[in-house]
Amino acid sequence: MRRLWDRFVADVGGDPLRLLSLLACFALSGYAVYRASLGPLPERMAVWFVGAAIAHDLLLYPLYALADRSWSLLVRRGPRRLRAVPIINYVRIPAMFSALLLLVFWGVISGQGNASFRYASDHPYADYLARWLVVVGVLFGVSAVLYAIRVSRAFRGRPTPSGERA
Amino acid sequence: MSLDQGDRRTARDRILERVPARFRDRVADQIEEPPDLPLEEFGQPRRLLRASSRLPLVGPLRPRTWKSPLRGSWTTAIFAVVLLVGLPVVTITGLLSYIAYQPQFHQAIPAHVGYLHLPYFLWPTHPVWLYRFTQGLHVALGIALIPVVLAKLWSVIPKLFTFPPARSLFQLLERASLLLLVGSILFELATGVLNIQYDYVFRFDFYTAHYYGAWVFVFAFLTHVLIKWPAMRRGLKSRKLRAVLAEDLAHTEPEPYTADGLAPQAPAKPTLSRRGLLAVVGGASAMLTIFTIGDTVGDPVRFTALLSPRGQSYRGGPGHFQVNRTAKAAQITAAETGAAWRLVITGLDGQELELSRAELLSLPQVGQALPIACVEGWSTEQHWSGVRLRDLAAMVGIHRAQTAFVTSLEKSGAFKQVTLGSDQVRDEKTLLALKVAGLDLLPDHGYPARIIVPALPGVHNTKWVKAITFTGSA
Repeated sequence: MRRLWDRFVADVGGDPLRLLSLLACFALSGYAVYRASLGPLPERMAVWFVGAAIAHDLLLYPLYALADRSWSLLVRRGPRRLRAVPIINYVRIPAMFSALLLLVFWGVISGQGNASFRYASDHPYADYLARWLVVVGVLFGVSAVLYAIRVSRAFRGRPTPSGERA
Repeated sequence: MSLDQGDRRTARDRILERVPARFRDRVADQIEEPPDLPLEEFGQPRRLLRASSRLPLVGPLRPRTWKSPLRGSWTTAIFAVVLLVGLPVVTITGLLSYIAYQPQFHQAIPAHVGYLHLPYFLWPTHPVWLYRFTQGLHVALGIALIPVVLAKLWSVIPKLFTFPPARSLFQLLERASLLLLVGSILFELATGVLNIQYDYVFRFDFYTAHYYGAWVFVFAFLTHVLIKWPAMRRGLKSRKLRAVLAEDLAHTEPEPYTADGLAPQAPAKPTLSRRGLLAVVGGASAMLTIFTIGDTVGDPVRFTALLSPRGQSYRGGPGHFQVNRTAKAAQITAAETGAAWRLVITGLDGQELELSRAELLSLPQVGQALPIACVEGWSTEQHWSGVRLRDLAAMVGIHRAQTAFVTSLEKSGAFKQVTLGSDQVRDEKTLLALKVAGLDLLPDHGYPARIIVPALPGVHNTKWVKAITFTGSA
């Protein structure tokens, strides 16, 4: 019995319990998809479902990885003076936060939902693009101030408490 | 039966031979020998799977493409723990919201869900902030977890490009289940986030999509936890959180490389400490929370929800607050709500009573503060006054009410009617509200009369009430 079990694990690549959980997952997800398909526009839902995974893995990820790597290379080749206090994270972090806000609040920043919101609430959207720009400005501004403090400390020769800004 | 049987040159060598000599070094850098895995590493059909894995690796398929020194089993495990705690809370509060719409009365959306629901129970009326809390938590925590989900995906993305894609039937199935997992979590986040911004670009029905997407997520998530539990435990044990928090950039070492692990084979020099990564992800969550929580907490901190449509306060004075459906959108006319308006209540043995607004105002009035909360996560607390619903039931002979069926002057829309359960009808706080903040209801808030029930989703507090039919006994 023991040998049969081991043989199974070796041939299939996983133990029967976990294999069963996978099969149960497919069957139950299939049931959920079936229920959803009884409603309107199931094809569109499927496209968005698969599209979400593809958009993240093959579009969003490569884009931000490329941006990050380009920036890292640029910094490494930048003027020596700037390398005394690495600037890399002082741009990277506010940029990341700004991009995250743009991604999450795309509906309002792009203005796409303005008409439906006005219809529902009798209120127009606020000017979210402007608000986002202000937030982006504040994020980079705070980062710039922190960087300036670090640089001035470095040039006064005083060591910083730790080698980084966490 | 490998491809290079009887020939010592590998496939990579043969490719390089065809490349002009002056480019050869550069191309050689971009092509990697596949790992020479022993036959036992493969499931059946072993030889075929192994032979197909002996291809030279290029682009993202090369392990050396993946350079971040912060990737590794510990990093993945720490994000996994946060999601393991957080995502079930988001899921359960979401499924509870479905129950709060009271599917027993066929008024939840989608209406017929087969076996896919939590056990039905009558949604309670206490504590009065229950729905405000569960739904505020659902939306705010869901948004706060977006950076963690993205960080978790970042930490495991090299796995998407492992070659061979599957070394056994089990791995193939597991990878297929990951499409369900990643697809469903991103689908849920995307539809949820767009919906609260009134951006219906997806065009399908939000409730239906978000509900069934959640169930696919539940199944894929449980399976993933079961399969990855040992890996997560190992990852967590490989370092101490306290030690990581004490490590600055100079002391941040990459995790050791293992063939099927997550740490990079050729790590770059770190530019951010491991604790720095945790701080960035945590900071991003905190920032998103600051930008959303004002919706739920309401005035006076509503304005902090800077990028949310419900972050705007209504400045008209008392009685002015968030509107979810205007009288105009509901096609309510002044003639219908004017002096000719009568509330029709029906009770025991078809007893019927017509009441004008003046007559309703002459009945004993009850005033109290109650929150009203939307499925979109925003809410507001207002001071409502009007007639207890149970007093109206008593006027048509019903002292032990079972249900109340409320209809609106609205002619169309999913929320032109509602059925309330026994707890709700009998609750002393359930009102047919006539005033808010001491003033007559505004047309957009349901003048001449609306329902307000503690802890009930906002849209089920029917506005522009036309008739109420009670069931129950004397």
